[in-house]
Amino acid sequence: MRAETHAELRGATRVFPPREGQGEVHALGPVDLALERGEFFSVVGPSGCGKSTLLELLAGLQQPTAGTVAFEGRPVGNEPPDGIGVVFQEDASFPWLTVWDNVAFGLRRAGVDAAETERRVRDALAFMGLLDFSRAHPAQLSGGMRQRVCIARTLVLQPRLILLDEPFGALDQQTRLLMGDELLRLWRETGATVLLITHALDEAAMLSDRVGVMSARPGRFIDVLATGWARSRDSRIVSRPEFGAVTGRLWDLLREESIKALGGR
Amino acid sequence: MTRRWVDYLLLAAGFLALWQILFLLAGEHALASPAATLRRAGELLASGAFWKHAAETGTAFGLACLVALSSGLALGIWLGFRRLAGEVADPILGSLYSIPKITLYPLILLLFGLGLSAKVAFGAIHGIFPVAIFTMNGIRQVPPVHLKTARVLRLSAWQTAKSVLMPSAAAEIAAGLRVGFSVTLLGTLIGELFASTSGIGYSLVRAMDTHQVVEIMALTFLLFAFAALANSALLALERRVR
Amino acid sequence: MSRAASVRWLRVALIAGVVLALEALCRAGLVSRHTLIAPSEMALSLARLLASGRVAGDIRFTLQNTAAAIAASIVAGFAIGAAVHALPRLRRALDPLFSAYYAVPTFVLYPLLIVAFGIGATSLIAMGAMFGVVAMIINTLIGLDRVPLALMKTARVMRLGGARTMLLVRLPAALPTLVTGMKLAVAYSVIGVVAAEFILATAGVGKRIAFAYNDFDTRTMYALMLLIIVAVMVLNGMLHAWEQRLHRRWGRA
Repeated sequence: MRAETHAELRGATRVFPPREGQGEVHALGPVDLALERGEFFSVVGPSGCGKSTLLELLAGLQQPTAGTVAFEGRPVGNEPPDGIGVVFQEDASFPWLTVWDNVAFGLRRAGVDAAETERRVRDALAFMGLLDFSRAHPAQLSGGMRQRVCIARTLVLQPRLILLDEPFGALDQQTRLLMGDELLRLWRETGATVLLITHALDEAAMLSDRVGVMSARPGRFIDVLATGWARSRDSRIVSRPEFGAVTGRLWDLLREESIKALGGR
Repeated sequence: MTRRWVDYLLLAAGFLALWQILFLLAGEHALASPAATLRRAGELLASGAFWKHAAETGTAFGLACLVALSSGLALGIWLGFRRLAGEVADPILGSLYSIPKITLYPLILLLFGLGLSAKVAFGAIHGIFPVAIFTMNGIRQVPPVHLKTARVLRLSAWQTAKSVLMPSAAAEIAAGLRVGFSVTLLGTLIGELFASTSGIGYSLVRAMDTHQVVEIMALTFLLFAFAALANSALLALERRVR
Repeated sequence: MSRAASVRWLRVALIAGVVLALEALCRAGLVSRHTLIAPSEMALSLARLLASGRVAGDIRFTLQNTAAAIAASIVAGFAIGAAVHALPRLRRALDPLFSAYYAVPTFVLYPLLIVAFGIGATSLIAMGAMFGVVAMIINTLIGLDRVPLALMKTARVMRLGGARTMLLVRLPAALPTLVTGMKLAVAYSVIGVVAAEFILATAGVGKRIAFAYNDFDTRTMYALMLLIIVAVMVLNGMLHAWEQRLHRRWGRA
């Protein structure tokens, strides 16, 4: 059965125009990527390869200098289209609102009625294990919990495509593994398409249906690996031999590019 | 770079246009036209009398700066280093900074009499607080990890201060010096308004008393131009330090 | 004793020490009565002055003017600051001018304002507002600068649009810095109004101080100076407490 393309980039390139003291920067591309509806796709690559730029192109936060970006068959304009949720690397929780109000924020702006808002927020907070902290302010929570608030805030809007830019970057390894499990649960329950940017190969290998490996700047896809995991997976697949094979293959592809990115030979 | 200058010119042009419009609306008893003001400013710059006044003010300002900046720096460094003293002094300094020092004006006049020392004193009490506050904050904000690095490298106290603390705090200190410079100038000018028989401040008062609109505006324009230029220079210096 | 408590005690001790030293200096006659009077006398004089109601009208006048000037500074300062922030080229050109603004005694333009607005409260308020507005503009610029990029991007992803982004995201995010600006706007507005009253001398606390100064009535003069200082410190303290509460509740954004 042919999978439906949910979002795609075709020949997408991003070049930053020259500025005071700098020439132009060829940050990304050309990149071709077709995300299948409902899949979990990770992007790995050396630092500076333009992974975040790729995500922002998909989200409509930046425009491609060349090529096209489409979501659900329609071209993405200069503002984020409806149905896309984004979780950033930095903490984007609103410090002046409580956890509850943070999560309810998008719903209230979209005019969703109070009863529905209450229901969805409660469910999301319960799902992310934050119900007990509804009245706290983000400043009182740990980094991991704040990211969960951001994820919950994205969740309640029921996005069809969820983009995550190194959301667990600031967390320790154990928390990351657990958050990975939660992300998988979220993915299964919502049926959304997920694109995850990460620099952690094990994370990409564990979570994804497919992993795209990017070259050093300007980033292009060198290869896309299919992992073949079952949908019902969790972090315990790290003990499987196939897992080692996948991460090994990823590093094979990535090692050269990483050296290039570091400026060595 | 040239774009910056074009912007300044555009801004100046816009400002002159606005000024001219206000002048047409308000009449020549309330405002002087840009042309008249600039002409008078030119005359002043060419006149010896003006420069004599400027030298007066300049001397007082220079001395006030010396006092304000050096004592502000010293105070700020000391409070930055000594945690306890710094914590105790922080809100006190903040309050003293926000007290309208003009309320202390009569006291200064009574203490120092009319003359140079009053001007210097008034200028100095304006400038010392921002310098001290910024310096203190700059030093307190040096990331502990830098200090730990200095210890691991086994630097002496002097080396630590010179090569780790000062560079790290330099940006804040530069900002403080810049603000201190501006407010010290203000304080010195205010000090001259009533406490002097010469100096730019005095010239201003005389012009105010005789309601010479063009004179007031020309002098204010020159002062503003001086302050703006000095500030730009200090800003540029500050950016380099960052 | 906790550290916070010992810091507080030390501070109180320091202030008390200075006041007592001043008191001693004055009582011992080391400073002439025409120059400075003892703090206790200042306080007493102020209490008597307030009780007698002689300055009630002037105080009310100054209060009204100051309140209006503060409100004008804050509102106009924020509006102008937000507008300039949206035009980066304009902002870069204006930056050195804003920093230079407080170096020039702009109240020398005051007589010109009188001719334009007439003698009366309007000129005084205008003077106070003119003095306070730039501090608010500067802090608005800094505050809006400091809104984390991630919050702005989130607002775009949620498709909030310009006005709602400003109202619901940028303004709250910038609030701690805006409160700092408000503290400065308050201080400067008070200076502007009182200095203007001093010069114009028709009504208000400033006028009273001017008269007392000219009459060598140090008691009244210092009493009123004390009043202004205390009032500013109280307002400043309240805003400072608000600022601290924001920093605690919201963390360093």
